[in-house]
Amino acid sequence: MSTFLGMPAAPPRSPFGTGNLRGDRTFPEAAHGELRNDQLRHNLGRATRTIRTKRLNVTGELPDWERLRDAGSAVKTDTMNRLPELLEQLEQKVTERGGTVHWARDGVEANEIVTRLIRATGSSDVIKVKSMATQEIGLNEHLEAAGITPYETDLAELIVQLADDKPSHILVPAIHRNRDEIRQIFLDEIPGVDPDLDNVPAHLAAAARAYLREKFMTARVAVSGANFGIAETGTLAVVESEGNGRMCLTLPDTLITVMGIEKVLPRYQDLEVFLQLLPRSSTGERMNPYTSMWTGVTPGDGPQDFHLILLDNGRTAALADTIGREALNCIRCSACLNVCPVYERAGGHAYGSTYPGPIGAVLTPQLAGMHAAKNDPNSSLPYASSLCGACFDACPVKIDIPSMLVELRHQHTEQSGTTVEKLAMKAAAGVMGKPKLFTAAQKAASLGRVVGGRDGTISRLPAPLSGWSDSRDTAAPPKQSFRSWLASAEGAETMRAAADEGARLTAETPEEDQ
Amino acid sequence: MRIGLFATCLGDTLFPEVVKSTAVLLARLGHDVVFPPDQTCCGQMHVNTGYQREPVPLVRNFAEQFGDSSIDAVVMPSGSCVGSVRHQHEIVAERYGDAALRAGVATVKAKTYELSELLVDVLGVTRVGAYFPHRVTYHPTCHSLRMLRVGDKPLKLLRAVEDIDLVELPEADSCCGFGGTFAVKNAETSTAMLQDKMRNISGTKADVCSAGDSSCLMHIGGGLSRIRSGTRTLHLAQILGSTRTAPYALMEAAR
Repeated sequence: MSTFLGMPAAPPRSPFGTGNLRGDRTFPEAAHGELRNDQLRHNLGRATRTIRTKRLNVTGELPDWERLRDAGSAVKTDTMNRLPELLEQLEQKVTERGGTVHWARDGVEANEIVTRLIRATGSSDVIKVKSMATQEIGLNEHLEAAGITPYETDLAELIVQLADDKPSHILVPAIHRNRDEIRQIFLDEIPGVDPDLDNVPAHLAAAARAYLREKFMTARVAVSGANFGIAETGTLAVVESEGNGRMCLTLPDTLITVMGIEKVLPRYQDLEVFLQLLPRSSTGERMNPYTSMWTGVTPGDGPQDFHLILLDNGRTAALADTIGREALNCIRCSACLNVCPVYERAGGHAYGSTYPGPIGAVLTPQLAGMHAAKNDPNSSLPYASSLCGACFDACPVKIDIPSMLVELRHQHTEQSGTTVEKLAMKAAAGVMGKPKLFTAAQKAASLGRVVGGRDGTISRLPAPLSGWSDSRDTAAPPKQSFRSWLASAEGAETMRAAADEGARLTAETPEEDQ
Repeated sequence: MRIGLFATCLGDTLFPEVVKSTAVLLARLGHDVVFPPDQTCCGQMHVNTGYQREPVPLVRNFAEQFGDSSIDAVVMPSGSCVGSVRHQHEIVAERYGDAALRAGVATVKAKTYELSELLVDVLGVTRVGAYFPHRVTYHPTCHSLRMLRVGDKPLKLLRAVEDIDLVELPEADSCCGFGGTFAVKNAETSTAMLQDKMRNISGTKADVCSAGDSSCLMHIGGGLSRIRSGTRTLHLAQILGSTRTAPYALMEAAR
């Protein structure tokens, strides 16, 4: 007698993340407006070109750059393969050294924890270090709704915050603004600013500095992200350029750090790899000006109350994908944005997510899903690439973004049921899979000559090809395909003549002429 | 050498002159060119658009047509189709194929070359006896540059062409904006990329912009024709196929 034990089912997928991980329009719709913004295109073109050159200079000078990339990739892959144990080790070490560790399933939980911790201090404002994780979960909006005022202290983040804008670049959040716009934002939004403020960058920075200095000296609570968290020692690290981070991490009584769980590294020594990879890839500098590291609480020095919030928000869901998990290796350097021809034209806002550019196009759909509703904007992200591959070459941890984009496109079509496009693809494959049908279709295509104009070009095509023909002429199909030419008397004669010439040349020149 | 010629669906149907030039060039270099008659398409468009089940018959057909051990090497005048054979066929076979397909794909992949790779690496020739007395600039297509790493092989071949006036293309390694169905799905972004590419091409004052992919050239050429730039596009194979005895008759592009 046998007992039916049921069929094994796949375990439920981990929940997707919440927060600023989905735009309200598809990429082509959002890009439509951005492409018409000449200021944006000019700024982006100039800025990305400058950073590209700097990056190539400082990566090219290292004889072991490729081996550093290999090492970075290997450490991150190892990390992802044993993420749970490393996170528990990190928690243990941070706790041992006097910190408190909190686990947040998603953005909602993380925001609640941060709010509760700030309220417990009795403070109604916080200073912030630039952090992608808190952008991702929409912490500032949440705090404001709870009556707590967050002050961004990174210059570009401050500009974005004062303008009630959104960042458009991972490293340079205000890349879409020029100095005249920034001057106006400061005049409008900074209380007591010199009304004669001009647009000289040093003067603009000085105005921000005076404004922020007062915040640094009075704030009792700071919120930061983390670039790295070392499991072995419980050490957190923040890498920055302006020194505002150092201020936030050392001056207040209470420090709350929100860190994505993928930011953990196994060993302290691993920093020797990443502190070379990160600055060279992101700002094109050999070394960044400020690297702050802290381990739990040091009595009498720095914040005496330290909280680490470990944020999942879709990362476990991404980890479950055998191909997509590689996106979690990202160290947020933004080199892929700076080399991406699509990002350079459309800008960061077109991606609708905290994470723009090539890495955003693969990370966002994995963190937040791409089938939340029909025509989910996130499902357009994997298609926002010409698959040119520049991102893969630039990535300091060798994330194969083009292959991942193709994989996500496949996942999208698999999820989408029957669509017009899928039927067309099936039909095309059906024809191309049968040589006789293919040959017949070629003959039919050559009839398309009749729609060609006198110069043999077609200047207008119907939807969905109208976007193509808006800016490109299409040559009318030729009279004869290659295969029918080859099968013709003319083809045979041409090939015979070429072969004869080849035989003659080979006989004349016994050795290849190089 | 016995060389299997894959015309590519686009080349066979829309750009037969490119395939003719490839075939004639290889024959002229003394090689035996075979054209397996039942070949069709590599399936790249399907895979790049997100479809991996549909191209299984195409991948199988390709492996069957060119798997024959009497074919020493397979060549195609397209970097991106070679990229598909090298990188995508095994993904499709692994996921939706059987053991026979996986074996077939691995066999044919190992002997598949883009035209400049075949000439320079396999046949060991850079001087192919070509003559092309015109000003030419070369756009290295993304897949040949970054997927196949053909490096400067196409330029080595072009530099050895008699009487050619080869000029460097500024920002040559940036994408022209084609990207297959990207040019349709994201037509406006694609156009913005194309505009920058065309500006760089026009600045060279070249008569011809050449590349190793008919698909990218269809995109660039379509744009150049629309703005009547005076520069036309021509595949690398057509320049290498032009000789003193049978020179390419370059028609002036519309201005």
